[in-house]
Amino acid sequence: MTASLNLDKNMIAAARARRLPVDLTDEQVQQFGAEIEALRKRIMDSLGEKDARYIRRMIKTQRYLEIGGRGLLFAGILPPAWLAGTAMLGVAKILENMEIGHNVIHGQWDWMRDPEIHSSKWEWDNVCPSDQWQHSHNYMHHKWTNVVGMDRDVGYGILRMSEKQPWHPAYLAQPVTNALLATFFQWGVALHDVEFERVRKGEKSFSEAWGQLKHIGKKVRKQVIKDYVLFPLLAGPFFLPVLAGNITANLIRNLWAYMIIFCGHFPDGVEDFLPEDIENEDKAHWYLRQLLGSANIEGGPLMHIMSGNLSHQMEHHLFPDMPSNRYAEAAKEVRAICQKYGLPYNSKPLHRQFGSVLAKVMRLSLPNRAPKQAMVSA
Amino acid sequence: MTSVLRPLTRFGHWLATPLLPESYLELIDPLLGAGLRGRIERVIRESADAVSLEIRPNSRWQGARAGQYVRLGVDIDGVRHWRCYSVSSGNASRDDSFTVTVRAIEGGHVSTWLNHYARAGMVLMLDQAAGEFVLPAGELPKLLFITAGSGITPVMGMLRSLAATGREADVVHLHYSPDEASNLFADDRRGLALTHGWNSLTRLTRSRGDQHFSADQLQTLCPDWRDRLAYVCGPQSLMDSVSAHWQSAGLNEQLKQENFRPALKTVAAGAGGEVRFWHSERAAEAAGDKPLLEVAEQAGLLPKHGCRMGICQGCLVTLKEGQVRDLTTGEIFGEAGDMVRICVCAAAGNVTLDL
Repeated sequence: MTASLNLDKNMIAAARARRLPVDLTDEQVQQFGAEIEALRKRIMDSLGEKDARYIRRMIKTQRYLEIGGRGLLFAGILPPAWLAGTAMLGVAKILENMEIGHNVIHGQWDWMRDPEIHSSKWEWDNVCPSDQWQHSHNYMHHKWTNVVGMDRDVGYGILRMSEKQPWHPAYLAQPVTNALLATFFQWGVALHDVEFERVRKGEKSFSEAWGQLKHIGKKVRKQVIKDYVLFPLLAGPFFLPVLAGNITANLIRNLWAYMIIFCGHFPDGVEDFLPEDIENEDKAHWYLRQLLGSANIEGGPLMHIMSGNLSHQMEHHLFPDMPSNRYAEAAKEVRAICQKYGLPYNSKPLHRQFGSVLAKVMRLSLPNRAPKQAMVSA
Repeated sequence: MTSVLRPLTRFGHWLATPLLPESYLELIDPLLGAGLRGRIERVIRESADAVSLEIRPNSRWQGARAGQYVRLGVDIDGVRHWRCYSVSSGNASRDDSFTVTVRAIEGGHVSTWLNHYARAGMVLMLDQAAGEFVLPAGELPKLLFITAGSGITPVMGMLRSLAATGREADVVHLHYSPDEASNLFADDRRGLALTHGWNSLTRLTRSRGDQHFSADQLQTLCPDWRDRLAYVCGPQSLMDSVSAHWQSAGLNEQLKQENFRPALKTVAAGAGGEVRFWHSERAAEAAGDKPLLEVAEQAGLLPKHGCRMGICQGCLVTLKEGQVRDLTTGEIFGEAGDMVRICVCAAAGNVTLDL
């Protein structure tokens, strides 16, 4: 596949020494980076009215769905109304968190200069305060993607999701830990930036963590009062169906968000890295690492919207601040660029990506079986 | 009324968290959304290159005094732009609609767009009216208005408010326009002058070859100008000669001025630099003649600001490092801790702002 690129064996060896697992010379990596950069510029320069209409319409749809869902739940004593209301509220929460909130907080819509759809102002509908998320996600995760020990999204501090993480007997329980994380995903996300493991090791002060916890507590209070107290109370005699509907809607959102997010970086074929791999990393190598460290989910338009376009996780990692409605367009070109440079383009249907994630959760709960022969012989 | 509403609103906030009740109400009507907004009710073509927009603001509107300006937030190609326009309809109370008049200026992105695309039904973002270019309260002294081009708009507002409120006033109005076609509100002015006995003088400087403003001309047309409270609004050249004349007569106190556009000096070879935004941990390269406010906006920040022309102090930001160039004077200044008007200051070398 790479023969046509006329590779120099010594230069490949040099590139290998940089430890990114690709058969490209440094020069080719730079070319690759320039093409990705040009693609980014082309799309970002073409943003306009149509994109603004897209996000505004998405926000409107989400709000109608939420009102509809909560309305139907007031009639939740009737099973069809309960089911429909819960499903609508669940979908509304998914859209709010994923296609709207996550992307707005990334600054994808900042170019519109609308303070109501701006990364500095958006607060999303879950228990994690947006500003903490901006630190743990936009900075720690997107800058240090899949660098074990730096990107805390590799296992979220509780799971072992890379062979490069040392094994510990506690990881034997990780099939269970994983299921709990999926169920209580929004809470895991909220507590993520507190970095309990660093507090325990004394790397982070207790008072700093306490400050963050108080901040989270304020948000939690509002969220809990809304979903689990006020709306059920408003329903009067139907308190319980509404409460159950709201709990279920949050659960649906948790499970779905967990699944999509785990499919972004943990499926088979996704590379992870060590801090020494990224010493003196330039923009082109950063692009390359983003590409190698992410995976896409194949699917139709509905899949893309419901996943907040994280089905285009590779494009999202290359261009975190590009409006999500443009990822599909970018994906075609990224795929072509990958083909040209003989780079893997990891895109599979949801069941295959998630299947391999679950297999990894199981496999890595045990110690590594044997040193990886493939790497040594290559 | 409010005592009933307050607990209700608070309850609404708890239900709508993390959004606002307005976020849902705007589904019914965009005017119910958060913040001050208005709907264009009527678009009136005033001349080939000027339109008046009659705007019905929402309940947050606090009213405008004749002569003040309003900032309009207009979305063009998906991007929001803010510009100030003078209210041309006179006083507007909280429940009234008001009118702004927009002349398409050459290269003016927003004014040109509004002239082409503004339609009844469109919703715009607004700011509360502001500005000190207004008539004094109480008994009025003798008045003199000197205007040119679209500088007529705030004065038109004042004339209309005088007429609407029936306040007695001795008015001389000296207006300069290139030709009859671009002579805004010509009929209205004539009508008002006839009805109220005002002395309304128009000089057509291009089509009729009339003289521009001069001291001699003023002396001839309005011999008692020294006894009048004077208002001037128009292009920079007019503002400069009028204010120089009043200054030399020692009558500064009696002259009120309204700038329309920031008079930015073109500073020769003004080097820019890197602008670092301290709080948001962002940075951008900036040319030496580009207002820091624009640099920040293009870097994805939303700094607080007002007039965008250096007059309202709504955009003051603390300078943490470096120096800035005041684009209205060309002066380079700055020490850490200085408050800088970022709408009219540019980077003079590397700069760090507390943003």
